[in-house]
Amino acid sequence: MAAASKKRRPAVSPVQWASLVLVAIFVIVPFYTTALGGFKEIGELRVNPFGFPQSWDPIRFIEILGGPRYFSSLMNSFLIAAGTVVLSTLVASMTAFALAHIKFFGSRFLMGYLMLGLLFPSATGILPLFIKMRDLGMLDSHWGIIIVQVAFSVSFAVLLFHNFFKELPKELVDAARMDNCGYIRIYWYVTLPLCLPIIATVGVFNFVGSWNSFLLPLIVLNSEAKYTWPLGIMQFQGQYGSDWPRILAYLTLSILPAIAFFLAAQRFVISGLTGGAVKG
Amino acid sequence: MTSIVTGASAGSALSGRRRRLAERKSLVPLLLFLPPAVLLFTVFVALPMVDAATFSFFKWNGYGPITDFVGFKNYEDVLTHRNFGTAVRNSLIAVAVSLAIQLPLAMWCAIALSERGVSINVMRTIFFLPFMLAEVAAGLIWKFVYDGNYGLLPAIGGAIGVEMPFVLGDRTWVIPAIMLVITWKYFGFHMMIYIAGLQSIPGEVIEAARLDGVKKWQIVRHIQIPMVRSALVISVFFSITGALQLFDLIIPLSNGGPSHSSHTIVTFLYQFGILRMNLGFGGAVSVLLFIACVVVALAYRRILFRVEHN
Repeated sequence: MAAASKKRRPAVSPVQWASLVLVAIFVIVPFYTTALGGFKEIGELRVNPFGFPQSWDPIRFIEILGGPRYFSSLMNSFLIAAGTVVLSTLVASMTAFALAHIKFFGSRFLMGYLMLGLLFPSATGILPLFIKMRDLGMLDSHWGIIIVQVAFSVSFAVLLFHNFFKELPKELVDAARMDNCGYIRIYWYVTLPLCLPIIATVGVFNFVGSWNSFLLPLIVLNSEAKYTWPLGIMQFQGQYGSDWPRILAYLTLSILPAIAFFLAAQRFVISGLTGGAVKG
Repeated sequence: MTSIVTGASAGSALSGRRRRLAERKSLVPLLLFLPPAVLLFTVFVALPMVDAATFSFFKWNGYGPITDFVGFKNYEDVLTHRNFGTAVRNSLIAVAVSLAIQLPLAMWCAIALSERGVSINVMRTIFFLPFMLAEVAAGLIWKFVYDGNYGLLPAIGGAIGVEMPFVLGDRTWVIPAIMLVITWKYFGFHMMIYIAGLQSIPGEVIEAARLDGVKKWQIVRHIQIPMVRSALVISVFFSITGALQLFDLIIPLSNGGPSHSSHTIVTFLYQFGILRMNLGFGGAVSVLLFIACVVVALAYRRILFRVEHN
C-alpha cells in the first residue's frame, strides 16, 4: 500500500487481477472444451481434455449442417422470436403510452394489475395454460407460442416503456394536442420514433427470452418439424446418448449464432439492465 | 374500465368544454391501445393462476367436466409426497447459494471491474457470457463437464491422480454440482447490475476519499456498497424469484435424478403434475409456489421498509 501520492494507484491490484483471471478461467473453460470437443475422437476427450485435437477434421460439423434438424430448428426459433418481439413491442408500447399520457379512471389500478405479472413465476400457471391452449386449438403451433410469450412479456415490457414515456417532455404531447393531433397520431408520429433505444432494449430482451425458452415449447410442440432449437438439441442429445464429440459439435453450432448476436447487441442488454429496469 | 374522469393535467389549461371534447377524443385511442395487452395478460397469465387454484380442489385428468371435488386432498398428497420435501429443500438451497455465494462474488467482481479500461471490458464480457447462453445449452455443456466417462472433471481428476465420482449420478454430489452451474451462469448478470450502480457514483467522491487517505476497503464498505443499494434490491429480488423458478437448467443436467433427489419445485411440478396429467396435484403445487412467492415479496417489502426507517 503506497501512501497517497500524486500518481494514482492502479485501480486493480495484482492480487485482484490474479483472482479475476482465475474466475475468468472458470467461466471460459467449459466453453473452450465444448468448442474443441467437436473435433476430438471420443477416446481423446479423456486423455487430452485441454489440448488441441489431433486433427481438425470438421466431419461432425458438416454432418450436422447437412442434417435435417439443425437449420429448421434454428429457423423455427428465429420466427417465433421475431414474431414475439414485433407483437410484444407494439402491444406493450401502446398500453404504456395510454397509461402514461392519457388520463382515465382506473389507469393506476390497471398499471398495478399488469405489474402483478412481475411477481409470480410463470410456471405457476403452466398446467391450466396448457389446458387453455388445448381448448383454443393452440397446441403444436408456432402462433400459439408467440401469443403466449407476448402475454408473458407484457408486464416487463410495459414497465420499461412506461418508465421511458414518463421521462419524455410532457410539452411534446401537449403541443401536439394543441395542434389538434389525436392520441393515435401522437403515438405513431411523436412517441414511437423517440423511443427507438427502449424499443431496441425491450426487443433484445424479448428476443433472447424467446430464443432461449424451453418449458413452453416443450409442453406445446409435438411435431419434430416444428421444434425450436432447445428442443432439437435435447432430442439430439437423447438420440446420441454418450457420443459426446457429436453432441459438443451440435452444441457449438447452436451457441455460435447466439453469441454473435449478443456481442452485437450487448449494449442494449446492458442499457436495459441499467437504464429502464434497474432504476430504484 | 374506460369511463373517463376529468383530470386537470398540469401545464395544459383547457377550458371545460374543450376538456370534455378531449375526453371524448381519448376514448377511441383507449379502446384501441388497452385491450390487446390487457386481454392477453388476463387470458394467458392471470386466469391460468386462478384456474390452478380451482384445479387444486378437484381430481381431474384434463378431460371432460370438472366435477370430482376432493377438498384439500391434493394438498395433502403434495405435502406427504416423498419427493416434495427434497424439491422444496433444493429450491431453498438454490436461494441460499444465490444470496450467500453468487451475490458477494458478483459484488466483488463489480467493484474490481468498475473502473474503465480495455482489459476490464474484456473481463466483463467474459463474465457476462454464461448469462447470455440458453439454460438448455448451459445445462448440456456442464453435463459434459461432469460426465463420469468422458467429461472434464474425471479428466482433471485423472491428471492430478484423484478418482472423481460420477457427480450427476451421485445423491450427495448432484446438488453442489448444480449450484456451481447456477453460480457460473448467473453471477455475471448480477455483476453487470452492480457495475451499473457503481458507475452512477460520481468519481470525485471516491477520488476525494482516496486523497484523504481512506483505506480501500473502507471506501467499498462506506461509499460503494451503500450507493448501489437500489441495484442490490433488484438483484436480490431477481435472485430469489429466479432460484424459486429453476427448471430449464435442471432438466438437461440431471432431469431431477438420481432417484428424484435433485428436483426443484418447478421440475417437481413438471414431473408429477404435467407429465402425468395430474391436474389437481399440479394445481396444488402451483398454489403452494404462488403462496411462497407472495410471502417472499411481502417479507421483502417489509424488510426493505424497516431498513429504510432505521
